[in-house]
Amino acid sequence: MPPRILQVRTKILKKNDSLARAMRDEFTAAGLFVVNLVSSPGTGKTRLLQTTLTLLRETGRSSAAIVGDLETDNDAKRLAESGVPVRQIETHGCCHLEADMVRRHLEGWDLAALDFLFIENIGNLVCPASWDLGESLRVALLSVTEGEDKPLKYPGLFNTSDVAVITKTDLAEACEFRIPAARRNLESVRPGMPVLETSAKTGMGIAAWIDLLCTRRGEFLKGTAGAVPAP
Amino acid sequence: MHELSIAHHLVEVATETAREANATRITALHLRLGALSCVQRQALEFCFELVAQDTMLEGAQLEITEVPVEVYCASCDAVSPLPSIQKFRCPRCGSPTADIRRGKELELDRIEIDGPESDSSTSSGSEFSSLESR
Repeated sequence: MPPRILQVRTKILKKNDSLARAMRDEFTAAGLFVVNLVSSPGTGKTRLLQTTLTLLRETGRSSAAIVGDLETDNDAKRLAESGVPVRQIETHGCCHLEADMVRRHLEGWDLAALDFLFIENIGNLVCPASWDLGESLRVALLSVTEGEDKPLKYPGLFNTSDVAVITKTDLAEACEFRIPAARRNLESVRPGMPVLETSAKTGMGIAAWIDLLCTRRGEFLKGTAGAVPAP
Repeated sequence: MHELSIAHHLVEVATETAREANATRITALHLRLGALSCVQRQALEFCFELVAQDTMLEGAQLEITEVPVEVYCASCDAVSPLPSIQKFRCPRCGSPTADIRRGKELELDRIEIDGPESDSSTSSGSEFSSLESR
């Protein structure tokens, strides 16, 4: 008997994707702008986020953060110093965050009272790329202590990101990091991608970063103004 | 190594589909894997074997079709294969383009099953949606 063939034609991650879609609808209805930060370990995601949360709070915006790590809640403790609600996801070995992990950590938060939610993904330049978390903006960080060619080595992650932030620029000279080369490589794997240069230590470029977040949130709210809220 | 998570999702999707069709066993799976899916083929094959153990997929053949990236160029008004995923430029005219038309696929295309025929099931489940941006 010949085998029966079933046409399936389904995305393998359909469960994650449909949950992420439902979450995005919920965030949209709540007017909450969600940012997913991705990078390799040690790029300075937590440091940039600390500064970001503090500055947003000082300018009257309400934020929260969810931070993913394989083990320890060290990053959540660091972020909590900024005075905003923070939750830690410990994945115990899992190399990326999935939509369901994020959803379970949202419980009890009044999303409509928040302007920004930051999700600090696991430090990893491959795996987080495949998982939609319902975010409105995916930001890839690249530090000057890495090679300028990281975007060429990991095109998938940089290609799925909306914005790139070069971090630790105060160390660029010492690390002989050529920022123009990094910009060229980013442009090569993701033409048109906005690229910011920052140092959370000296404050260089941080104002432009905060500006970008607020502008993108403004566009997001305008775009969703006429949208029907999720039931 | 997120291929392990992906293998779990794959087994789940395949099992659900096969059960709806009253199948008792899945003998083969055909996947479409885009060059930009961020999935490493060998790692997925290895993880699939592990995850399939003691399920209706045990011993099933995993056949993977790799899908190259294709981009649309507005200047040429044409879709062309991208020679390198490190360089998002139209291969005809060299203009930068971020408009990806193929190559992000991470899809279960079809499965081969054993089990009693049921008339309602075969070639159902066409949830196919063209890949959106992410």
